[in-house]
Amino acid sequence: MWTFIHKLGSPPWFFRFSGTLVRWLLPITVILLLVGSIWGLLVAPPDFRQGNSYRIIYIHVPAAVVALAGYYVMAFAGAVSLIWRIKMADVTMRAAAPVGAVLTAIALVTGAIWGKPTWGTWWVWDARITSMLILLFLYLGVVALFEAYENKTAAARACAVLSLVGMVNIPIIYKSVDWWYSLHQPASIKFTGESAIDSSMLYPLLLMIVAFYCLFVVTLLLNMRAELVWSYRESGWLRQLVGDS
Amino acid sequence: MYFESLAAVWHMDGHGFYVWLAYTLTVLPLVIMVWLPLKRMRQHWRWLQAEQRRVAAGTETPAMGSDV
Repeated sequence: MWTFIHKLGSPPWFFRFSGTLVRWLLPITVILLLVGSIWGLLVAPPDFRQGNSYRIIYIHVPAAVVALAGYYVMAFAGAVSLIWRIKMADVTMRAAAPVGAVLTAIALVTGAIWGKPTWGTWWVWDARITSMLILLFLYLGVVALFEAYENKTAAARACAVLSLVGMVNIPIIYKSVDWWYSLHQPASIKFTGESAIDSSMLYPLLLMIVAFYCLFVVTLLLNMRAELVWSYRESGWLRQLVGDS
Repeated sequence: MYFESLAAVWHMDGHGFYVWLAYTLTVLPLVIMVWLPLKRMRQHWRWLQAEQRRVAAGTETPAMGSDV
């Protein structure tokens, strides 16, 4: 286990490993997304109260769940980069930010579209939605902050600090539906005890959550690889790989 | 399959607009999100290959973006 973590810190090793992983994971992700979407859109029964509009759940919830999980990845990588100054942690943190931003934006947009037929409005300034909007700004902030610095070491440090400070927002997002009165419903899926959702709707939802996790990993790796190719263009190992291709 | 016809899938008892709009606005950014790093990587890779060929041929290496 420790050797594996140690190897992940080595760019040449990571580059080869991630190449193989992406080649397998990308087609698997596409298949999972297709199966999950078809299941959720066409096979699952409609909700007895919301009708067919609830089918947006199969993209809204996975996008939101993975957008939050992605923040842990970014903040953890930021912490590692601050403490141990490992370049790969730095690359990970920056690769996670745009992916997280896209997923958060998808969660917000699909939520708004779902809100219109269900709540009668596209947008409300309630706690869950506002804290998700802050999450989007945090992700975009990390992207923008990195670009704003000329000195990239200082930029990475500033981004790491911003992502760690932004961690405050994460428990607020989780608890927002319990702490404040909200239009947004509380969580239907529970790890312990009975979920408040029938298995005919739950299975495609779980499948889509897995698919979005895979998609996150694939995109994270693709971003990291694109970054590595450019920043190590002078290195012997990369020249060798390019020459062999 | 829950729906009886393709028209019913499209219409979704009046919710078709919302459902299909949400799925479209999800698929498009996701496809772009995967495609962009692939494109960036391929460009860098090609440029590095071309550079190695230039070095092997013994010619001067032009800066990236120049049209020499």
